[in-house]
Amino acid sequence: MEQFAPMKRSKDGQPVRYLVVDDSVFARKNLARMIETFGGQVAGEAGDGVTAITEYVRLKPDIVLMDITMPQMEGIEAAEKIVQQHPEARIVMVSSVGYQENIVAALQRGARHFVQKPVKPEVLYEVIKYVMGEDGTAAHAATAGN
Amino acid sequence: MKMQLIQPFINAADAVLAQGLQCPTSIANLSMEQEAYRRKGVAALIWVTGDIEGRIVIDLDPETAVRVASRFAGNDLPESDELVRETVCELANLVIGNAVTSLNDQGFHFRVHPPVLHTSEHGPKSSEDTEALVMCFETCVGNVFLNIALRHNACRQLERAAAVGHQEI
Repeated sequence: MEQFAPMKRSKDGQPVRYLVVDDSVFARKNLARMIETFGGQVAGEAGDGVTAITEYVRLKPDIVLMDITMPQMEGIEAAEKIVQQHPEARIVMVSSVGYQENIVAALQRGARHFVQKPVKPEVLYEVIKYVMGEDGTAAHAATAGN
Repeated sequence: MKMQLIQPFINAADAVLAQGLQCPTSIANLSMEQEAYRRKGVAALIWVTGDIEGRIVIDLDPETAVRVASRFAGNDLPESDELVRETVCELANLVIGNAVTSLNDQGFHFRVHPPVLHTSEHGPKSSEDTEALVMCFETCVGNVFLNIALRHNACRQLERAAAVGHQEI
């Protein structure tokens, strides 16, 4: 898998911490491998929306990667609940169901961005850079894949 | 079953497999069946409800599932029952999610339910209005079977259109 310029938190130079939420272990592992190539750290994982909320409170990650179709509580509802309590939360929806209605609903309810599965690492990297904004810095001013 | 409903699934399976496996795919076999579904390997079943109702099954043998998982992950993965199950379910998610995206953009509204493993040998028998389309995709790592049985729920779409019209008055 290709490597990317490591992305760090601007405030302390530490790796960006992620909470990965997906009911598929396979999908979580794939995302975790991508996060590694971004120089990030998986702070925690969750398999449904309810667990995502409790894990967010416990871990306070820099970024949440959130699936939509999940048992118990779907991703958009979980994102909304997290953002209501923590407006600073940066949530990126990652789903194979990427129709406009779904994207708009996710963004209206607090998600910062949307990435359609199957996830291309270079796309996710750029989205994370965008969502982190000034709170994140790439080690070099390199483009993805360098 | 209308081609309008089927084509997005063919396109999505082709795109997801070709992108994930990094190799071309082709449809080796395509048939319509009214017989009960018969599982070939490890199968994941996803129900959709709404303007379109029915189920889609993705089915592959365990060895193919491990090779698919390894290709998607970018490195060789050891075979395990969990990996096989997860791969089949996630593949179903990806194909159906992408197909649903395309159908929704055409104006169909529905809900996709999380995948469940289809463990019994046989599945529900298709009916006259939900005849199943069975496809075999040949890939560089083995065959992937797709079994689609959907029907257009015209009443629901009319009800929704009427509700919208009522709101606009």
